[in-house]
Amino acid sequence: MSKGRFGIHGGQYMPETLMNAVIELEQAYEHYKNDPEFNRELDALLNDYANRPSRLYYAARMTRDLGGAKIYLKREDLNHTGAHKINNVLGQVLLAKKMGKTRVIAETGAGQHGVATATAAALMDLECEVFMGREDTERQALNVYRMRLLGAKVHPVDSGTATLKDAVSETMREWTSRIEDTHYVLGSCMGPHPFPTIVRDFQAVISKEIRQQCLEKEGRLPDVVMACVGGGSNAIGAFYHFIEDEGVRLIGCEAAGRGVHTAETAATIATGRLGIFHGMKSYFCQDEYGQIAPVYSISAGLDYPGIGPEHAHLHDIGRAEYVPVTDDEAVEAFEYLSRMEGIIPAIESAHAVAHAMKIAPQMGKDQIIVINISGRGDKDCAAIARYRGEDLHE
Amino acid sequence: MSKIAAAFAHGKAFIPFVTCGDPSLDVTEQLVYAMADAGADLIELGIPFSDPTAEGPVIQAANVRALAGGVTTDKIFDMVRRIRQKTQIPMVFMTYANVVFSYGSEKFISTAAEIGMDGLILPDLPFEEKDEFNPLCRQYSLDLISLIAPTSHERIAMIAKEAAGFVYCVSSLGVTGMRSNIATDIGGMVDLVRRSTDVPCAVGFGISTPEQAAKMAAVSDGAIVGSAIVKLCEAYGADCVPQVKEYVQSMKNAVNG
Repeated sequence: MSKGRFGIHGGQYMPETLMNAVIELEQAYEHYKNDPEFNRELDALLNDYANRPSRLYYAARMTRDLGGAKIYLKREDLNHTGAHKINNVLGQVLLAKKMGKTRVIAETGAGQHGVATATAAALMDLECEVFMGREDTERQALNVYRMRLLGAKVHPVDSGTATLKDAVSETMREWTSRIEDTHYVLGSCMGPHPFPTIVRDFQAVISKEIRQQCLEKEGRLPDVVMACVGGGSNAIGAFYHFIEDEGVRLIGCEAAGRGVHTAETAATIATGRLGIFHGMKSYFCQDEYGQIAPVYSISAGLDYPGIGPEHAHLHDIGRAEYVPVTDDEAVEAFEYLSRMEGIIPAIESAHAVAHAMKIAPQMGKDQIIVINISGRGDKDCAAIARYRGEDLHE
Repeated sequence: MSKIAAAFAHGKAFIPFVTCGDPSLDVTEQLVYAMADAGADLIELGIPFSDPTAEGPVIQAANVRALAGGVTTDKIFDMVRRIRQKTQIPMVFMTYANVVFSYGSEKFISTAAEIGMDGLILPDLPFEEKDEFNPLCRQYSLDLISLIAPTSHERIAMIAKEAAGFVYCVSSLGVTGMRSNIATDIGGMVDLVRRSTDVPCAVGFGISTPEQAAKMAAVSDGAIVGSAIVKLCEAYGADCVPQVKEYVQSMKNAVNG
């Protein structure tokens, strides 16, 4: 079996043109991840620049209202740039800089990863180009402007379904055409090895903090940790340091779109099957001939037909559960958390909130749920208003 | 001698590529006969994929057209069965790993061999992942074609040593598509291949003119052309067969020098 496997998943299904690039990246990462100077620099960036550690907030009103388990929110939405994406990006862009790269490229769905990459590139003085599905540039026009403001060039992608998967394909194509000076800052725990491992390691700070904060506040570990899953980077970050703790249920919330029994869904575990795509073996939404499905979700960040290989493995071995959450449920949760706690979550994160709303009332008052609020919802307000039939003129 | 080796036995090879089902499988079938008549030595049949990450805009668009027309792997297999009643020209499939894997790797590979295909090119399957399909390809005698790229450097010897059929030498960085200039030292790459294997080495990516084809073939064993042909299919639709035939003739003459 080749490198970078999680059970049967993962691997390096990449064009030969990129093989030396991913090998070089792996070697650099293996070197720098244990380099004290690199880690000092990264910690300083995460703390002083990105505002870590993020808070673990006890959602008292929500807990009372749902009448079951105690609910804590891991506030990744309070990070600089408004989402968990910055954790991975600061790590990867610092690594790129150490590798002597002068240019970074990235895909983005909702725009959060693109904004984070543009931010880190501005900070570390690297050229930055972001690929974004044309449909997403329209859904998330504000983030396009933010990226441009930060000095990045944004390329709308028209191929395929003009969403996240096409942005990933186009960024891979771009990387094959310019490798020497360029690092591809992949935004999720997916793609060819070593990306799923690198992204997971840089996001694992989330579960490291949750663990410590929960022990401080409650004197014990949570009963449930939950997060939304597209490719799965915020979820793997929130799960990682709990994987060995069998008593902690790990729940990933997939975007079911209009429902898992419709074609308009992006719930990979619920509707996909094993395949090989975007550099990895994992589960993918696809037809009987292996054509990748044109998935759908209200959330541009979860609108992806696959799932990271480590999640696929955690699913196989039953260590984590993956549940589908529809657009309707996510939008209700988006509005619920806004009114109940004064926190407007990203529509992606609202998928996890929605599932917590379902299970918390069934749990005991002495039990603890941690929901990873992976991002803030300002970017989604116009789209949710439209969903509710209101047209905002921004 | 394998049928692919035979394709390189009469001087430099010219290898055209078409996307199956663009504009229709009937036209693809006619294209195969026409290209064989025009002197093609080996034909690459592209099985369309929804997300062809190694392709430039021209072949991407051909994939979209073919899939929109309802082409499937099974229909392509049926077309190959019809073709094999009329011509024995060496043919290889070019597609993506998921098309093979999702069909059932053994079912795909055994069927492809049984209907008379000679090889398989998967641009998203590097040397490190060859074991995904290679044991089955050997079992059913379908050559799994290895690719080398301008970035391969020290990897070339390792790849060439285990190569079967021919070595696909990717001429340039980036994706498939026509280029005005190919700057890579192809001769140097081919020399590295020849130090490790007797398997022939054909150059593809970016070639569209007879001059380019002649230049590439002069330093290798043949030239592969995709986008320039697919562009003719796009421009002429169902009437593309004579256009492609004439083009293939001119390219075959050019590689023969």
